[in-house]
Amino acid sequence: MAIKVKVFYAPLLAIFVISGAWITAFNVLAAGTAPQPPKQDWSFSGMFGTFDRPSTQRGLQVYREVCAGCHSLKQVDFRHLAGIGYSENQIKAFAAEADVVDGPNDEGEMFERPGIPADQLPNPYPNKKAAAASNNGKAPPDLSLMTKARFNGPDYVYALLTGYVDAPPELEVPDGGNYNTYYPGHIIAMANPLVDDGVEYQDGTKASIEQQARDVTTFLSWTAEPELEARKALGIKVLIFLIILTALLYRVKKVIWRDVQ
Amino acid sequence: MSSNASKAFKNPVVNWIEYRLPIFSFVDNSLGSQYPTPKNLNYFWNFGSLAGITLGIMIVSGIVLAMHYTAHVDHAFDSVERIMRDVNYGWLIRYIHMNGASMFFIVIYIHMFRGLYYGSYHAPREILWMLGVLILLAMMATAFMGYVLPWGQMSFWGATVITNLFSAIPIVGDDIVTLLWGGFSVDNPTLSRFFSLHYLMPFVIVGLVVLHIWALHVHGSNNPIGIDAKTDQDTIGFHPYYTAKDLFGFGAFMTFFMFFVFFAPNFFGEPDNYIEADSLVTPAHIVPEWYFLPFYAILRAFTADFFLYAFTPISWIMSAKLAGVLAMFASILLLLGMPWLDGSKVKSSQFRPLFRMFYWLFFVNCIVLGIVGGKPAEGVWIYIGQATTTYYFAHLLFIVPLISRLERPAAPPDSISAAVTAKAKKVSLDRFNPAEPAMAPGE
Repeated sequence: MAIKVKVFYAPLLAIFVISGAWITAFNVLAAGTAPQPPKQDWSFSGMFGTFDRPSTQRGLQVYREVCAGCHSLKQVDFRHLAGIGYSENQIKAFAAEADVVDGPNDEGEMFERPGIPADQLPNPYPNKKAAAASNNGKAPPDLSLMTKARFNGPDYVYALLTGYVDAPPELEVPDGGNYNTYYPGHIIAMANPLVDDGVEYQDGTKASIEQQARDVTTFLSWTAEPELEARKALGIKVLIFLIILTALLYRVKKVIWRDVQ
Repeated sequence: MSSNASKAFKNPVVNWIEYRLPIFSFVDNSLGSQYPTPKNLNYFWNFGSLAGITLGIMIVSGIVLAMHYTAHVDHAFDSVERIMRDVNYGWLIRYIHMNGASMFFIVIYIHMFRGLYYGSYHAPREILWMLGVLILLAMMATAFMGYVLPWGQMSFWGATVITNLFSAIPIVGDDIVTLLWGGFSVDNPTLSRFFSLHYLMPFVIVGLVVLHIWALHVHGSNNPIGIDAKTDQDTIGFHPYYTAKDLFGFGAFMTFFMFFVFFAPNFFGEPDNYIEADSLVTPAHIVPEWYFLPFYAILRAFTADFFLYAFTPISWIMSAKLAGVLAMFASILLLLGMPWLDGSKVKSSQFRPLFRMFYWLFFVNCIVLGIVGGKPAEGVWIYIGQATTTYYFAHLLFIVPLISRLERPAAPPDSISAAVTAKAKKVSLDRFNPAEPAMAPGE
């Protein structure tokens, strides 16, 4: 029996070992010279997680008032904001605040018009070159997928936003650089974007740095994975269905094989 | 493959068709009650049908994705995000396709290690096995080109690194690279041709799979004790027994697969691939997809001071880079020779304790190679990579040929049914195997 057990479980064991080693390897790689971002408790993690609506909406406010000066969200249209609980009228109002260049019209002219829900969120720069030119030669990255584009993305974004401290005395921070505990290499071009009460939340929540970082990270996790809630809700149903189906199929197999000697 | 076109069915419509096109008896002979199958197959024999199903899932999901994807460097990344955000259930289709690639390789690797353990490549199944190795190669080409299509950072840099390998080939290398690229760097022509070939290759795989299954049906499945079926006692009809067993395996597999699709869709992926490709920014660590890592480790093991290179005639005739490239391809192509490298008369490892020990060593070695492939090539990882690369080739080229000719295997049971009966009755096992009771079939 012992050998048979080995034959069956060795690959399983191996899979666990591989995945374990993998995760460790990735974490080590991701860490580089920066410490591992502390693990946070997010409303959207876990199998049943959903985006905390008020926090996501506050995060949109932080994005609009703080981040949007430099960072685009080019994958997000105004109409997508329905996904975090805004009504059609609110979305129309948001969109109308933006001036959008459209055209050419029948006379061949480009023209400006107020935004509509089908427009993208406005890009702070007309193009990538302009973005680079205004920022010491390196364009600020688009934030649409930021939490998916880093290892432990949400934890990393939160840690980065709250990770601005004074540089150690032996380290000389170059001009246009800022010291951040969690940025790989520590010297980041982005200046500390958040200050206490830097935004005034409409729902009265105290806008501490941590609160703003948490809210904007939740919002950016939504922009990265707008399908997350639908995915998990459907996933639960699919898994329950498959587990029951598999149990029944196992029973069928047992019954059919009963007479095989 | 069926000649009895006159087989009678109860349903008159079926009979009418059968008389003109004997498709019903064909199915019955291929997957039905008339396909005799050894009755002692264990669950490792489920992975062949799982591989076929996964291929189907990949083709169907891929065809839908191709309806929405734009193969242009300016639009590819955004078109994938449109699929994720605006196409109805686009995220589901894409995550199925993305994770399906990993599932396909998991299933195929288990399927191949099953074949290696139970000696499924032995006569008369050599061509069956070799077709399988060709399928693996075709899958790798398909997966590599598919990974380029989302046009993320890893897509771009992975394509750059891997296509550049061909420049190591003497004289024509640079021309081959230019041909692959359709220009002088990985750019729009590269993306278009990869998309075209990525759509083509799955149908090449389907063709190979048809040949693979055809070859399988000539002599039927191997089985855990590696003795061919002799009488009707040894076999059962594929239907209903193995259709039922495969369906159960399918349910279990889909549960595993769908867990990743819905709850950890990016587990197998690289975060860097959610950054749009940028030819001016090189990622800190360029890592291929996990299923290529063992081969990537073999490629990188060949440095100028690797003893297998530096102290052998290899270094007289080629660069270390070319040696690495050839070694990487050889590591797969060598598997084609397994039926002849392994000269044992007994197929299954169950009766070959020495072979079995080295089999597991080889298995672990492959996993270590995979881990090394994911690490940056520095420090101790270089030496671990070189040691495991050496063992990989030593196993296939020396250990397997030698022990298969030196080891005296234990005597297998007389027949499949004898083994099954013995197991069922829990008869003292050494009656089959007085010399090596510990190695008896039921264990």
